[in-house]
Amino acid sequence: MSADESPLRAEPVLRTRGLAMDYGQGAGRVHALDGVELDVSNGETLAVMGPSGCGKSTLLHLLGGLERPSAGEVWVAGRRIDRLSEKALARLRRHAIGFVFQAFHLMEELTAVENIELPALLAGRSPGAARRRASELLEQVGLTDRAAHLPSALSGGQRQRVAIARALSNEPLVVLADEPTGNLDSGATLDVLRLLDGLRAAGQTLLIVTHDERIAATADRLITMRDGAFVEETRLTRGTTGSLGDLVGLER
Amino acid sequence: MPDAVGVSMKEPSRGYQLRVVQEVLLALLATEASHGYQLRARLELALGPLADALNEGQVYVTLSRLEKAGLVTSERVGQTDRPNRKVYELTAAGRARVVEWLADTSWPKPAPAEFHLKLVAAAAAGLGDPVRLVDMQRHALLAELAAAQRAVLAEPDGSVPGLLLEGVVLRLQADLRWLEACARYWNTTKGRR
Repeated sequence: MSADESPLRAEPVLRTRGLAMDYGQGAGRVHALDGVELDVSNGETLAVMGPSGCGKSTLLHLLGGLERPSAGEVWVAGRRIDRLSEKALARLRRHAIGFVFQAFHLMEELTAVENIELPALLAGRSPGAARRRASELLEQVGLTDRAAHLPSALSGGQRQRVAIARALSNEPLVVLADEPTGNLDSGATLDVLRLLDGLRAAGQTLLIVTHDERIAATADRLITMRDGAFVEETRLTRGTTGSLGDLVGLER
Repeated sequence: MPDAVGVSMKEPSRGYQLRVVQEVLLALLATEASHGYQLRARLELALGPLADALNEGQVYVTLSRLEKAGLVTSERVGQTDRPNRKVYELTAAGRARVVEWLADTSWPKPAPAEFHLKLVAAAAAGLGDPVRLVDMQRHALLAELAAAQRAVLAEPDGSVPGLLLEGVVLRLQADLRWLEACARYWNTTKGRR
């Protein structure tokens, strides 16, 4: 029984210990990450903010097995992944992790529904099951009427919603999103924001690297990074709206 | 007993107060005479989830104060199945006050000078890292943004309280953008020291 097929509920979905990443050699050596300790529990939504070059995208790449750390450990659902073979890493990415990128990365020659079902087909699902799942996801992201459109016929916001549906295709343990609204205008950002908030409410484990404060504000927990390390962490508690009174000019 | 008078004159102390509640109630009475319960209901429609935080008694306390000031008059109206209730109507003086209020362009000011000086002082005295202070402040505002945004997402499209909450969100975004600029400045200044 492998851990990614049967995650223990008590295990964090993501865990790092002493995670470090260096680029370059000698005097030009840059510490992109420096001793990062992270636990993301099942069903949690985490937002990571910080200035460009703070290491937040590097963190996402290491968590998703897209790069290997210089030092430290990466665990996904109780399984250490930083020393896995390339083949095992590729399998982990296909089955356990959904990626969403700033530039969408859709296959331009495939329609929306074909893009969404592709990961399921690659993971060995039957064409019928893959198409059914893709159709459900299209409905979830509000694009049923765009199923047969090529990405070039979709707006930026629609493309990103297709990319999010594709990330969910294999019911991943965790979705890793890198600047999901970085290329979108404010209207399309709101559509993605509603979608991400819906995923959070549905209990999808989600890690979002973002510059957008509204996207970050959908998370359960917020971390700010500077110079490769965590410097500030806040639980964005789901309290009452009572404290909003202060913000609209009501006085105690 | 002076003490008892003092107590009875006091504002109900629980919940939020609307600072301009006098003017708002007068304006709501400009179209038609209403009783306190109706006025409260109309405030709730405009404020949505924020009305939950409003002090229950403020509307009634304010109405009797407006009556003493001659801005409204009241009349008791009998009801068959319930106790009589007071219906309030705007006086000419009350109407003049509403017109004045609508034309008033004063605007609540944000106060960035205080935080700005906090950063300058912290850096000058070596009391703390300004960038760290900015990060703490950013997280505090982001927690408020999260609360406002959850309230926005819970509102149906095009709701009146949704418009108010959008104002809260945009204002917090503007403050957060300024804090980004503060972080950039103090981050580079720190490096030069």
